[in-house]
Amino acid sequence: MSSIKIRSKRMDGNTQIRMLIAHPMEHGRNRDTKTNALIPAHFIQELTVKHNKNVIITGSTGANISKDPYFAFTLKGGNVGDKITISWVDNLGNKDTQEHIVN
Amino acid sequence: MTDNRRAFIKKSVALSGYSMIATGGLLASPEASAEWLTETTSTDILQQTIKRLFKDQKIIESDKIDIQIPKTAENGASVPITVTSSLNNVEGISILIEKNPIPLVAKFELSSDLEPFVSTRLKIAESSAVAVIVETNEGFFTASKKVIVTPGGCEI
Repeated sequence: MSSIKIRSKRMDGNTQIRMLIAHPMEHGRNRDTKTNALIPAHFIQELTVKHNKNVIITGSTGANISKDPYFAFTLKGGNVGDKITISWVDNLGNKDTQEHIVN
Repeated sequence: MTDNRRAFIKKSVALSGYSMIATGGLLASPEASAEWLTETTSTDILQQTIKRLFKDQKIIESDKIDIQIPKTAENGASVPITVTSSLNNVEGISILIEKNPIPLVAKFELSSDLEPFVSTRLKIAESSAVAVIVETNEGFFTASKKVIVTPGGCEI
């Protein structure tokens, strides 16, 4: 199952894109409650959003984003049936991609 | 027995004396350590981050940036923020938290197909100002808002 959930909504001629990504977003200063060892940093570094084939958002994100990050953006115009592709890469090299059709 | 003990004390005193001299010589002068202290104050880290991100660009305060964020946050681990702007031709939005160990939260480059609107959730370690820098084709604009975090959010 993909780690990305995407929702879109047509509002006043614009399209709101909301996404929820399942990710721990550890900043590397937290300690394990049992072993008291530092939990290594693990966070999303790059976020890319594509509208059909055009890249509309490139984001460099840091560990100051909350666990299971949520992002919302508003696309000018946009039509039903447009394809939104969201992908992320984290500092450990993991990545994920998810496609969504605007409804 | 007493001789041994005396010798031991003598040696250890001598050793510690040597080590003090050695470290004193190795470590930088007192001025250097003072410099280090001023470098680590939070506002300086923020200024350095801004300098590194935007080079020597002029950043102007603007009232055309609207930051919606709660004035007090009970849980610093998840503070919702919404940034909107009435500036034209917005190309990027950056969010920074003054007192977090690493101030930069995120830097988004937005294409012309997008409205100047970003919404997300932040981790805020302690009561601090949250600054937003908006990049347009005419320059850089900034606005900030203060947030009070009630419990110690450092472990979150």
